Amino acid sequence: MIPLLSVSGLRVGFGRDPRANEVVRGISFDLADGETLAIVGESGSGKSVTALSINRLIDFSGGRITGGSMKLKRADGSLFDLTKASEPQMTGIRGAEIGMIFQEPMTSLNPVLTIGAQIEESFRLHRGLTGRQATSAAKDALDRVRIPDAARRLKYTPNQLSGGMLQRVMIAIALACNPRLLIADEPTTALDVTVQAQIMALLGELKRETGMSVIFITHDIGLVAGIADKVMVMQNGQAVEQGELNQLLDRPGHPYTRHLLRDVPHFANGRATRADGKRDENAGMNPALKVDGLVVRFPLKSNVFSRATGAVHAVDGIDFDLMPGETLAIVGESGSGKSTTAKAVLGLVRSTRGSFSIETNSAARSARPVQMVFQNPYASLNPRLTIESILAEPVIATGGRVDAGTKAAMASLLERVGLPANSLQRYPHEFSGGQRQRLCIARALMLNPSVVVLDEAVSALDVSVQAKVLELLVDLQREFGLAYLFISHDMAVVERIAHRIAVIYAGQIVEIGKAASVLSQPRHSYTKKLIAAVPTIDRRRERFELDTRQMPSLVRPQGFEPAPARWEAFGEDHMVRVEG
Amino acid sequence: MRILRAIFGHGSGRIGGCIVAVYLLLAILGLLGLTPHNPITQYRIDRLHAPSAAYWMGTDLFGRDVASRLMAGIGQSFTVAFFSVAFATLAGTVLGLAAAWLGRRWDGVVMRIMDVLLAFPAILLALLIVTVAGPGTWTSVIAIGIVYTPIFTRVVRGPALSLKAREFVDAARTFGSSSSYIVTRHLLLNLVAPLTVQVTLALAWALLTEAGLSFLGLGTQPPAASLGLMLSDSRNLMETAPWLMIFPGLAIMISILGFNLLGDALRDVLDPKTRRAPA
Repeated sequence: MIPLLSVSGLRVGFGRDPRANEVVRGISFDLADGETLAIVGESGSGKSVTALSINRLIDFSGGRITGGSMKLKRADGSLFDLTKASEPQMTGIRGAEIGMIFQEPMTSLNPVLTIGAQIEESFRLHRGLTGRQATSAAKDALDRVRIPDAARRLKYTPNQLSGGMLQRVMIAIALACNPRLLIADEPTTALDVTVQAQIMALLGELKRETGMSVIFITHDIGLVAGIADKVMVMQNGQAVEQGELNQLLDRPGHPYTRHLLRDVPHFANGRATRADGKRDENAGMNPALKVDGLVVRFPLKSNVFSRATGAVHAVDGIDFDLMPGETLAIVGESGSGKSTTAKAVLGLVRSTRGSFSIETNSAARSARPVQMVFQNPYASLNPRLTIESILAEPVIATGGRVDAGTKAAMASLLERVGLPANSLQRYPHEFSGGQRQRLCIARALMLNPSVVVLDEAVSALDVSVQAKVLELLVDLQREFGLAYLFISHDMAVVERIAHRIAVIYAGQIVEIGKAASVLSQPRHSYTKKLIAAVPTIDRRRERFELDTRQMPSLVRPQGFEPAPARWEAFGEDHMVRVEG
Repeated sequence: MRILRAIFGHGSGRIGGCIVAVYLLLAILGLLGLTPHNPITQYRIDRLHAPSAAYWMGTDLFGRDVASRLMAGIGQSFTVAFFSVAFATLAGTVLGLAAAWLGRRWDGVVMRIMDVLLAFPAILLALLIVTVAGPGTWTSVIAIGIVYTPIFTRVVRGPALSLKAREFVDAARTFGSSSSYIVTRHLLLNLVAPLTVQVTLALAWALLTEAGLSFLGLGTQPPAASLGLMLSDSRNLMETAPWLMIFPGLAIMISILGFNLLGDALRDVLDPKTRRAPA
C-alpha cells in the first residue's frame, strides 16, 4: 500500500547559502493512513523545521528545501511531491489536506476577532460556506473538540478563554476541513499537566473518530508513549533512530535514545525520590524558613476612584517550614498561587497577612538570607552587563565593596557551577540557556544565602540540560547546606529534587508531606488528578479520561474569609486537607 | 568602533555618515572663523556678485561672502541644534525614567504635561516660548529643547516600563539593589540604543526648527549668520540673485537628509532583530 506521506532524504537549509547552513540533513520516513509518528528531539535538533517543511511554512521563515522529496498521497489517490509545489498549490493543500497546530495557542489566534469568526474563516476558504452555514459548521467544530456551550463561546474573543480552551479552538480550526494529516508542533508544552492530559485525550479520540494520520513533535519522550505508533528521534538535524514505539522504548539502539530514556528525568510515581536528607536527622534544628498563615490578596477595583469591590485571593493561608539542607517542592497549576508564594517570601509581592521567620546561616551571616533563581535564564540577566558586573551586583546592593576577595569568590563560584573561569568579562548572550541558568545560580549564591527559591528554575531548559542543572543543585545543596523552595509544575523534575512536596490548589495547600509518600500514595482528589495526568513511559497507549473541570475562580467578595482548614494525617509526615 | 564599522557597512549609513561628517567639519571651521572671507565683513564693491573663483557662492546685498556666511551659519545652526537636543535628551530621559519608575501619580502627571506640549505643533510652541522670553541664541536653544522633550520622554518611558517588568529587575530587587542602581544599570543602559537613534533624528528636526525660527526673525539675530536668516534675507532677491536662496536651501536639505539616513542606519545597526548575521 502507498503511504500517505513518504519523505526521503529531506534537507532544509537557512540563510543566503542554504546548502552550507543545513538544519535538517537527510530525513526519511513513511507515514501510513491513520498512523501517528512522534518526532522527538531537543531544541535545535531540527524537529520543528522538519514539520514546517512538510506544509512548506518553512518558506516564510527563511528556510529553503535543498534536497529530497516528500510525496503526499492526495485525496484522489494521485501522488504529489510537496518539495516541488508552488505557493498557490500549497495554499490549497494547507488546511484542506494538512492541518497544523502550534505550541502557543495564545499567540496563534488573532486577539481582536471572535473565535467563531476565526473558525468560520477556515470553512469559508476551503469549503465555500457562508453566513449561517459557516456559523453552524463552526459550532459543530467546537462541539467536536468538546468545548461545552459551543454556541455561546463562538462569540468569545481569545482573551476570554484559558490556554487549554484556546488549544482546543486551534485544533477545531486545524480539523475544520477534515485533513488527512495533522501536524502537531509541541501542542501541549505551554499548558499545565492536567490540561495537557486533556488535550492528549482529545487528540487520541479525534484520531480514532476521523482516522487521520498525525505527526506529533515533542521534546518529552514520556508524552510519546501515550499516543505514538512510530517514533523518530532527532539530533543535530538527523534521525538517529526510528522504529515502532515499543521496540524503541524497550530496546533503544542509539546511545542518544538511551540517554533520553535513562538520564533525563521521567516520572516514576515516587520511586525515584531522594534518599538523603531525612527530616528526623535535622530534629531539634531551627527551620531555615518558617511561613505562617501567608495571605496575599489583590484588591479588585472597577476604577481608580471606587472602593475595592472584592479581592483576588492569590494565596489564602499557607503554612510550611523548611529545614536547612531540605528541598520543599511546591507543585500546582498555573494560577494556583505557587509563584505568588515565592514572591511574597522574597518581598517582591507584599503579603496581606502572615509572618515569615528566616533563620540565617550561623556560620556566615548574610544580609539577604533568601535568594531566588528565576524561570527564564534569558530574561533574568541584563544583556548589557558583563558577567563580572552581574555577579558584583548583589555585593554592591548589600553595601559591600568589589575587591580582590570578591573577585576570587566570583571565580571560584563560577568554577563551582561549571563555567569557565574566563567568563567574567563576557556578556550573557555568549552563553547557552543552561549556562545562563548556572550563572543565575552563581549570582544567587554570591550572598551566601540560607534559602534559595527556585521558581521553575529548570522548566525553560532542554531535558538533558535539565538533568545536569538538577545534579548541580543537589551537589550545591549538600555542600552549602542550602534549603530549597522549589516551585514547579513538572512532577518528573520535582521527584528528583524534593524531600518534601506541598501541593497547592487555588491558593491553598491541599496536601503536604514526604515526597515518596505524596507521589506514590496521593490522598487528596486534586493530587490524584495531578499525578494521573503526568505522562510516563510505562503507560503506553493508555486512554486518558476527558475531564473539563476548571479551577474555581479566585475572586472573592470583600471581606470573605475561607473556612479554617481541617487536616488529616496519613502515616509519618503526610498531611491532607479534608475535602468538602 | 564596532558600531562605526557597522554603519559604514550599511548602505544609507555610509552616505548619511559622510554627509554628517562633512557638515561637522564645516561647522567647526565656521565657528573657529576659518572661512574663506570674514562672514560679517561687507565688501561693498562686490555687492550681489554671482558665484565666481573669488566668491564661490557669490555675495549678498551687503557684499558679504555667501560661502563664508554659510559655514558660519552651519556652525551657528549646529550649535543650537546640539545644545537643544542635549537639553531635550537630558530632560526627556530624566522625566521618562521618573514616570516609568515612580509610576502611578507621577506617571500620570508627567505624561499629561508631555501630552499638552505635544498637542502644539513644534514651531508654534517654539515661537510662543521665544516671543515670551525674547529672541536670541540661548532662548532658541531652550525653546527647541522644551519642544522636543516630550518626544524623548515617550521614547524613554515605554521601553523603561517594559524593562521594569523584566526578571533581571525582579532579581535586582531580591538582593536589595538601590533604586538608583536599578534605574541606571538595568534601565538606562538598555535604553542607550533607542536613545542614540532618537538623538540623530531629533538633530534633523532641531536644525529645521532653528532655521524656521531664524527665518521668522526670532532665532539668531543679524549680523550673525544662520541658515534660516540667510533664507529670509534672500526672499526679495530671489529673481536677481538666486544663489542667495539656493545654497542655504540646499545646505538645510542635505543636512537633514544626512541625519535621517544616519538615524535609519543606527536603528538597523543597534537593533539586534534586524542585525544581519555576519556573512
